[in-house]
Amino acid sequence: MHREEKSVKEHRSTSEEYFDRTVEQAVVAAVLRAAEPSRRQFLAGLGGAALAAVIAEVFPLGRLKAFAADPVGKPEKKDVSIGFIPITCGTPIIMAEPLGFYKKHGLNASVKRAAGWAMIRDWAVNKEVDAAHMLTPMPLAITLGAGSVPTPIYMPAVENINGQAITLHIKHRDAKTAADMKGFRFCVPFDYSMHNYLLRYFLAEGGVHPDKDVQIRIVPPPEMVANLKAGNVDGYLGPDPFNQRAVYENVGFLFMLSKDIWDRHPCCAFTVTKDFATRYPNTFRAMWRAIVDATHYASDPAHRKEIAVAIAPANYLNQPVTVLEQVLTGTYADGLGNIKKVPERIDFDPYPWHSMAVWILTQMKRWGHLKGDVNYKQVAEQVYLAADCDRIAKELGYPTHKTTSTSHTIMGKVFDPNQAEAYVKSFKIHSMA
Amino acid sequence: MAAWQGYARTRKDAWLISGTLLVLFLVSWHLFTLRGAFDPKGLTDEQLQLMEFNGDIVRTAEGGYAWNPEKEKVKGVPGPLAVLDKIYIELGEAFVKKGTNDHGIAYLVLYTVTRFGAGFLAASVVAIMLGVLLGLNKVLFQAVNPYIQILKPISPLAWMPLLLYTVKDPKWTAVLVVFMAALWPTLATTAFGVNSLRKDYLHVAAILQLSWFKRLFKVILPGAAPTIVNGLRISFGSALVAVVPAEMLLGELGVGYLSWIEWNNLDIAGVIFAILVVGVVGVVLDSGFNKLAGLVTYQE
Repeated sequence: MHREEKSVKEHRSTSEEYFDRTVEQAVVAAVLRAAEPSRRQFLAGLGGAALAAVIAEVFPLGRLKAFAADPVGKPEKKDVSIGFIPITCGTPIIMAEPLGFYKKHGLNASVKRAAGWAMIRDWAVNKEVDAAHMLTPMPLAITLGAGSVPTPIYMPAVENINGQAITLHIKHRDAKTAADMKGFRFCVPFDYSMHNYLLRYFLAEGGVHPDKDVQIRIVPPPEMVANLKAGNVDGYLGPDPFNQRAVYENVGFLFMLSKDIWDRHPCCAFTVTKDFATRYPNTFRAMWRAIVDATHYASDPAHRKEIAVAIAPANYLNQPVTVLEQVLTGTYADGLGNIKKVPERIDFDPYPWHSMAVWILTQMKRWGHLKGDVNYKQVAEQVYLAADCDRIAKELGYPTHKTTSTSHTIMGKVFDPNQAEAYVKSFKIHSMA
Repeated sequence: MAAWQGYARTRKDAWLISGTLLVLFLVSWHLFTLRGAFDPKGLTDEQLQLMEFNGDIVRTAEGGYAWNPEKEKVKGVPGPLAVLDKIYIELGEAFVKKGTNDHGIAYLVLYTVTRFGAGFLAASVVAIMLGVLLGLNKVLFQAVNPYIQILKPISPLAWMPLLLYTVKDPKWTAVLVVFMAALWPTLATTAFGVNSLRKDYLHVAAILQLSWFKRLFKVILPGAAPTIVNGLRISFGSALVAVVPAEMLLGELGVGYLSWIEWNNLDIAGVIFAILVVGVVGVVLDSGFNKLAGLVTYQE
């Protein structure tokens, strides 16, 4: 008993120290950035700690630290509603209700199903829900006001990585490359989605211009299989379970898993408005802890079957358990008569790398979703709360990261987040003005 | 007496024909959707395993294979028995709430009827008030009429994005869509009815020196009632038509949304069930409306 208390205390003090340092560093960095070049040299010469002391004279550093590092406080608002789309990407957000993760972290949460991403966006912006399951590009787009009223959104955690696929109608079983798909009509779940950007990337790498050689339509995920079945579309890059559901319905086959475009790419995320996070900081943190906890739980392959059963009922995904099991375990029928074993078909990892946001912003720029100059790094750091996510992971005893930015490899090409603008300019196929 | 017997006979014949049509329809529906038992002939073990893995077939107690009954429910067009089964299950859970997103059919009907009732009532009150005002004042009527003519044919659903954007609340948006659907027919007919009221009535009211209030409730509204009720009836129909797609688009729990999620889940038996519920709700509301209308209209 005593030992346990002690270890908790130790744990907390180190994490507090860590956080104090982070706040100090952030303020120092902000001051350095704001100062003019000659002064910057002088200030930098002082060294971080000395400079922090100087700044503390004029700036309420202590209060800022206290505000940011408040230990787990009582939630200001216990009853929260969280919007979700019925897809396996949102598994941690959804299963946290039936498996009790919200309750464990002191919340009485209910998850509310939306029929499409535009609906989720409106719910979040209009405060119809307290937090929402979104696609990783959405908080960036909404914060920047692309396709929405500009509303600052925080993305505290990624939900799933991988877990999407290009599904084609069974009549296109002979298609082998992107070039075979010229003239196809595709659908993706939303303009500002990884699905859209990955499909466009894949097509463009194969020499197919996504805005000229094919049609890409926006169709809410639950309507994708019905559209494929009705012959309205030739295929889609969509979220599961709707890829596997097309196989189950004997109308489609899995042409390619999204992990073969970019292994460990982010897809869906947990988001709150900045307004909510500032107004209810403790509730926000409790939700955050519940989500990080649930996401790590979902990442363990041993839990996948249990999860499939938990999220299958009509209140959540409303899907046959066998479809969800095939998605979550990665042992699945591909629709062409094979049973495949790809355990990493979907995985869950909450860490919101800033470099992921930068990549998304480069693609938004590439396809004309963002116009003008973009301060990639600044937007990424404002929306994706990587450092704080690690802090929560540390508190809960999960592994943490050394950096918030890394390079990624997409279809064999390395993306360096520090060379974002050059990366955008390197693409021959694009829709920039 | 003979006339009554004749009436009874035609009524009986009509029932007979109705019944025969229904039976014919159900039997042919059943036959068209009938599917043979699963025959594993010509399939390799590997193919069978794959079919079982994909949920097409299941192992039977005897060790053979049969079509997966779970999948049959959501595959192709289901037969009348599958729909009956679905109705049985849904009605059995009519008052059960399984979480935020899965409410029993009784609740869904309640949500839809409330939404519909609120929108229709509000629209009727506003439309009748405005209609009387316009009907009594020729100049005003002529001034406003062009706008009514422009606004009237706009589909109430076309307003939805704008409403959603301004009120920022899907619940009220759904009610407002119903409101927009129910407003114009009542407004136009009320204005017309009051305007073409017999001038004698108004003269009598003037001679009797009735108060403004009495004139409205004793003379104008009763006089125009038959026309107003006709307008309300048109409004009623168009509001009923609007509430279903409004729920589908807004994702508000209700009968319309039920049919959409069943379609998204490719559960066609569920879609048919939802359609039947919409029909039943419509009939019940409509007969209730006719009863009410009978109270306020009169034969000249």
